[in-house]
Formats: sequence, structure tokens, C-alpha cells
Amino acid sequence: MSLQFIADGLLIGSMVGLGAIGVTLTYSILGFANFVHGEFIAWGAYACLVIAGLIGLGFGIQVQPLGPFSIGWVILVAAVFAMTFTGLLALALDFLLFSRLRRHGNAIVMVMASFGASMALRSLLEFLFTSEPAYFSREIQIAIPIGLGVRVTPDQMLMLVLTAVLVLGMHLLITRTTLGRAMRAVSENPSLAAVGGIDVAAVIRRTWLIGGALACAAGIVAGITVQIRPFMGFDLLLPMFAAAILGGIGSVPGAVLGGLIVGLAESCAVQFVGAEYRAAVAFLLLIAVLLLRPTGLFGRAAG
Amino acid sequence: MKGRVVLSAEAIVAGYEPDLPILNGAGFTLHEREIVALLGPNGAGKSTLIKAVAGLVPVTSGRVRLEERDITNLPAHLLIRLGLGFVPQTENVFAAMSIADNLLLAAAILPKTRRAERVAAMYAMFPDLAAKTSLAAGRLSGGQRQMLAIARTLLVEPKVLMLDEPSAGLSPKIVGGVFETLQRVRETGVAILLVEQSVRTALALADRAYVLAEGRNRHEGPAPLLRDDPLIAHLYFGGDPVAAP
Repeated sequence: MSLQFIADGLLIGSMVGLGAIGVTLTYSILGFANFVHGEFIAWGAYACLVIAGLIGLGFGIQVQPLGPFSIGWVILVAAVFAMTFTGLLALALDFLLFSRLRRHGNAIVMVMASFGASMALRSLLEFLFTSEPAYFSREIQIAIPIGLGVRVTPDQMLMLVLTAVLVLGMHLLITRTTLGRAMRAVSENPSLAAVGGIDVAAVIRRTWLIGGALACAAGIVAGITVQIRPFMGFDLLLPMFAAAILGGIGSVPGAVLGGLIVGLAESCAVQFVGAEYRAAVAFLLLIAVLLLRPTGLFGRAAG
Repeated sequence: MKGRVVLSAEAIVAGYEPDLPILNGAGFTLHEREIVALLGPNGAGKSTLIKAVAGLVPVTSGRVRLEERDITNLPAHLLIRLGLGFVPQTENVFAAMSIADNLLLAAAILPKTRRAERVAAMYAMFPDLAAKTSLAAGRLSGGQRQMLAIARTLLVEPKVLMLDEPSAGLSPKIVGGVFETLQRVRETGVAILLVEQSVRTALALADRAYVLAEGRNRHEGPAPLLRDDPLIAHLYFGGDPVAAP
């Protein structure tokens, strides 16, 4: 039996995990399930596509792909700008919508507002770019055998490496830096954080920036390895929430491990049960883990 | 002789809802190197007063001053930078974070060159904490948590330390240790304002006290006088005069 489904599961899982980091951060610090996160993924991918196009037009160049990959340096440069753009988009949405609702402290209102904003942003994206899929590159990728009957494309390997670098960077930021400690503090107890000298509003702003930028990165990874569509973020939304909850809200390694578990569960379902049960198996797994460990794999009980 | 006033609250009207004030004109003054206790029955407004001063409850009327500066309704995160430290009653440490991270987080508002020195000073002052720096604060005993909470605040060398019921939930022996620590803190030049339910221990430690009821000041005076006043004991503290420990 080929182990290709495991490789496929890990690839999908890393994409889900990358997106789930933003979900888990905003959930733990802002205290609500932010449905707009899926749209940040799609907006980030389209932003990268547009910026790459503008760079190409501006320099009047046709950029060749880098080595065995399907993308050129323009996409990597555009990715940096797109991550900044998506972070600022998240910040703007907070300023215009969520910061006003936050004062009332009603989580369900925040969730419903995020649901509405999510639909509005998705519709706008569909209006601007149509629902036809777009691609960063139309270069044909040859999958390379890596043993045990598994084949992976160079793009997929590059995306795995980039995802690992981003995840490690985020883990170090959260655990080793002053900003990371402040984010954990605000997540646990905003009042105590404030009397300890932490500007809670500034931490929330930075969380939006980081969450938006990470969503954009997930969108670019999904766009390069699959395709870009207005619904791409919406399709990833439930797996991302499953990953964040499975890993334990607030935990970056938990979100990534949760993403990998969800990805593997989905691909195992396709392999052994049938593609139509794909989503169901992942969520049954989520329910089983939560019944055994309600705080998720890396979550901590309040103490 | 009393020193200069370091913290004062005048005629404070405040509450969690704008049209439902809990404080109706309460106030206090705190002099340098002084320990002042805010006492009173449940619902008197003691904790609301200290939280209003700490920037956690909006003040609708009245004035709070730290030395000469008007700090009424300043955001809570600015007050510690001005020298006003506050230790809440419950959930006063970050339980999921290690002792070291709790202290490093508190040190973040200091210049980088001073952080390590101040963290080391807190470990020297609280050796129990130094022995297990990587332990999650949530796994500490009640007394150790209180020490960590005090250390987090003292680390930035405040002029004033405010504590909301530091004896809550602690055994009498542990309370004795906490209050000994506060006495040592006062000797370093820090003025202390504490809200307490445990009247006997508070009046044994404090220089002066204010007795609040229904959001207003009812009595104030030197702690020994209040301690021996049978009327106050009867009216506010449940019966007999509070005997000296």
C-alpha cells in the first residue's frame, strides 16, 4: 500500500495548522471565534497575486521560476507586502467593527459580527475577481519520489519548509519575547495585564496584525500548492477551528499539531472510508479528543 | 509625624454601571512610608475604591492624586509606570506562566539594563520563588502566589503598593508571613494601602484606617484607637471590640 495519503495529509495539515495559529491567537486574546480569519486567508492570497502582478508590470519583466519551483522571486517579495496588507486589513476591521463591539463585552455579538463581515468580504472578493480559480503559476510541477511510494512536488516541499520556519518563529515569539509574554498575559487575564503595565489595546492591535499576516501566509501556501478561489478560506475555516480547539486554544504548537492531526484524519478517511466522510472523520476525532481532554492537547485548565 | 501625601482620593463616586454608583463620596489620604487600611462590612465599597484608584473602575466624580499629579481615570497600564502598584485579591498572578515569566513580564516596563537586576532583587527578597523559577505560577500554594503577586509589583519599585485583601483564602500562619513581608516593604520606603476583611490583622499592621459603609467614609483614625473602640467593633465588625493580637 502506498503511503502517499500520509504525505497528502501532512501537507494539508501543515496548511491548516498555519492558518490555525492565527485562529488560536485571536481566539485566546480576543475571546471570540473569528470567522473572518478564513477571509483573511483568501484576501491574503489574492493580495499576493495582485502585488506580484503589479511588480511584474512595474518592472516590465517576465520572472522565471526559481530552480525546480513553480514560482519566482516576485511571489516571495509580493508575499511580504501581502502579509503586511492582510495584517493591516485585520487591524482596520478591528478598528471599524470589533473594537466598538468589544466595549459591550458580548462574545456572541462579536461572533455574529465576524460572520457578517466574513460574508461581506467574501462577496467583495468574488465581485472583484469572480469565482473562477486563479493561479500563482501555470508551470507544471513534476512530483519527485521520496521513498515508500510517496511523491511530493518541489513546491510542496518548499511550502512545508516555509510553514515550519513560520511556526518555529511564532513559537519563539510567543515563548521568548516580551510581546509574546504580553500576549499570553492578556489572553489569561487582561485586567491583571493592565495593572502590570501592559497596554492591552496595543497587544490586541499586534495580535490582529500577526493573525492577519499568518492567515495571508496560509493563503499563499494554499494558493501555490492548490489554487486561489474566493471560497478557499471558508473551506479551510472549520478544519482550522478544529485544529485550534484540538491543540488547545492559545497554544501555537497545539494549533500546528491539531492541523496535522486534522489533515491526517481527513486523508485517512479518504483512503480507508471514502471521500464523502472526509470532514466527518476529522470532526469525530475532534469530539473524541475533547471528551478525553476538554482543554485540548496543549491547553491548560484555569488555575 | 506624617510625611507628605503620596496618594489621595477625594469624594470618589464610582461604580461598574454609570448610573449605579457603589462609591458615594469615599476617599482617603496616604502618606509616605505609611500603611493605611480600608475596612468595613461586605458591600461597603472598599474593593471598588481601590479598583477605582487603580484605573479598573471608572470614576464619575471626585479626584485621585498620586503625589501632585491628577491620575483620575488614567488607563490602568500607565499607573504602574507612574509608581502606583496594585495587587488584586484573586487571580493576581498569571497561572499558566512560570514564576520567571511572571517576573520578566513585570520587568518589561523597566529599561533593559535594569531588568535582570530587579528580577534578582525579587528572588533575593522571596527565596521561595527563586528555588523553582520554571514552575507554573498556578501550581504555587496560596501564600506563595501572594508572594509572587507582591514581587511582581515591587519589582518595578513603586512609590505606593495597594493590595486588595492580601489575606483572603490564606491560613493565619501564612497571613502572618504576608504581613511581615508588608512591614519589610514599608521599611524600604513604600507606602501601603490595603483593603482587608481580617480586621484584627489589618489594624495590627496599619498606622491608620478608614472605615467605609455604603460607599462613604464613616470613621477614620489611628489604628490603635479604632481597634479599641467598642462602638466601631459593634457597628461594623460583628460584635466585641477587636482585641489586640
